Amino acid sequence: MALQETRLIFKHIDEEGYTNDIDCYVKNGGYEQLKKAVTMKPEDICAEVLTSGVRGRGGAGFPAGMKWKFLDRKSGKPIYLVCNADESEPGTFKDRQIIHQDPHQLIEGMMCAAFAIQAKLAFIYIRGEFFQGYKILERAIEEAREKNFLGDNILGSGYSCDIIVHRGAGAYICGEETGLIESLEGFRANPRIKPPYFPAALGAYQCPTIVNNVETLCDVKHIIEMGGEGFAKIGTPGNTGTRIWCVSGHVQKPGYYEFACGDVTLGQLINDVCGGLKPGRKLKAVIPGGSSAKILRADERFTGKLKDGTEFDWGIEDIPMDFDSLAAVGSMSGSGGVIVMDDTTDMVEALANINYFYAHESCGQCTPCREGVPWMRKVTQRMVDGEAREEDADLLKSIADQIAGRTICAFGEAASWPVQSFIAKFKDEFVEKAKEQAARRKEGEEVAKETTLI
Amino acid sequence: MNLKPETIEKIDKLVPRYPTVRSAALPLCHLVQEDQGYLSQEAMEWIAERLDLQPINIIEIVTFYPMLRTEPTGQYHVRVCRTLPCALAGAYKTCKSFEKEFGCKVGHTSEDGKVTLEFVECHADCGKGPVVMVGEDEYTDIDPEKAAEMAAKMKSGELPNGL
Repeated sequence: MALQETRLIFKHIDEEGYTNDIDCYVKNGGYEQLKKAVTMKPEDICAEVLTSGVRGRGGAGFPAGMKWKFLDRKSGKPIYLVCNADESEPGTFKDRQIIHQDPHQLIEGMMCAAFAIQAKLAFIYIRGEFFQGYKILERAIEEAREKNFLGDNILGSGYSCDIIVHRGAGAYICGEETGLIESLEGFRANPRIKPPYFPAALGAYQCPTIVNNVETLCDVKHIIEMGGEGFAKIGTPGNTGTRIWCVSGHVQKPGYYEFACGDVTLGQLINDVCGGLKPGRKLKAVIPGGSSAKILRADERFTGKLKDGTEFDWGIEDIPMDFDSLAAVGSMSGSGGVIVMDDTTDMVEALANINYFYAHESCGQCTPCREGVPWMRKVTQRMVDGEAREEDADLLKSIADQIAGRTICAFGEAASWPVQSFIAKFKDEFVEKAKEQAARRKEGEEVAKETTLI
Repeated sequence: MNLKPETIEKIDKLVPRYPTVRSAALPLCHLVQEDQGYLSQEAMEWIAERLDLQPINIIEIVTFYPMLRTEPTGQYHVRVCRTLPCALAGAYKTCKSFEKEFGCKVGHTSEDGKVTLEFVECHADCGKGPVVMVGEDEYTDIDPEKAAEMAAKMKSGELPNGL
């Protein structure tokens, strides 16, 4: 397998002399695809996106073309396009680069998508913490308006569409598409019940709405350029295009790296691309797709059958980085946030850190999540504070099992999967923590150890 | 309400762009908070009236979103990301360094009103942790030594407050 990055979305990211203004973008071939798009039939663009097989880059990996197909076009109501730029899954920092360094790529992708679905109005829901990114996008939109790439009668096509940049205010749940829509409408971001509120049928303002991730919308531009079939040649069948892997944690060179799907293994990504671990350290665990994704233990063997029937027998370093392989080993590629942990990591502390996050971010709408997630946080906090009990591992798992599948949105799973997987794979450490503390208590020593992750 | 003319101008331009006036609630909270530093009861009532809503409609938003504040911050608003990737990079030690330098616990404002120190959740720059925000300015790779240097520059007023 080649270790050459395939930079499609990140072609100009960190390129010397490349600036985020429209002149630089146009000089580099920018907005040519929009010019092409407005001469095409909208339904033909939708067909190309479907053919491309591009799957959502925000977390769920649902085929974007299929999502677009679900649009209720019979109702006669206006259609809205929303770009999900909430980028709030811990470990993910790809959309930030696009917004800061190449905002016109996003705007072009969005206008191509808006034309394809014949949206009346488009929004970019950007997380509130991206102060600078917000200003960059606002400026870029005005630049694009001046050149008639958005606004009224775009490039003489008769099609009109504007973009409003809407800022969030620090709530993780706004990354969930129906929570995002509630937030956009001026409410608390409590996710909606599906059915009936599938955005493609009943979205923003009770109108058909498409919500796509920043990276997915950028992909649309490239699909128009190379055609659906051309795009589908990148990556592997069912896992088309590139993915931007954001690597953080205990590696020498954390950062963002774009590869064709399946072009690199987890081991290559960590050892070759990211320069490996710090000297003398050993790999302990990896969370491969943002903090909600189930953790993988370094010494596990992963065996089973892929979707196409191929049998696999992998160690952690052999796992190809794509949607289906990471799903096959019981985790997910999610938003592409790869969090690497070496052997200095205390897994109880790491889970306590994650539980703190989800307890902070639960919107409070569903009882199992509102009550259960803070409860899990309390248990792990107690464990690191010196009050660990041997049965805590089972208690944690039992709480998580009662949250997952019992909530309106996928946050219930997002908060439970870390707990379930940490306990499934590192139960020994949770039990050991209680035993060690009991021994220290018996000796009259300080029971709690100094913590670094919580 | 004593809002700056440019804030009023922004608000008047923004509201009609949305399909419903209520959609402008969160943007208005941002604009008024930027103008005033925080959202007072009077400010929330003003926003509600501007959008033909009830004060509770605004209060329920303000109490939901972590970035909206009902109290002013210190001269410097220091936010340290504590989520896992930043924690693995040493964010808790970074925060301890700030606590020591400012003589103030995380989650509080120093007695002299100079600094408000807070933990926040993931700011989506995990490859450069620990990430620290001062006002709207982002600082990356902040280890405890760099935190101490930043603190010294805040004490002397040398560091911009990012607002």
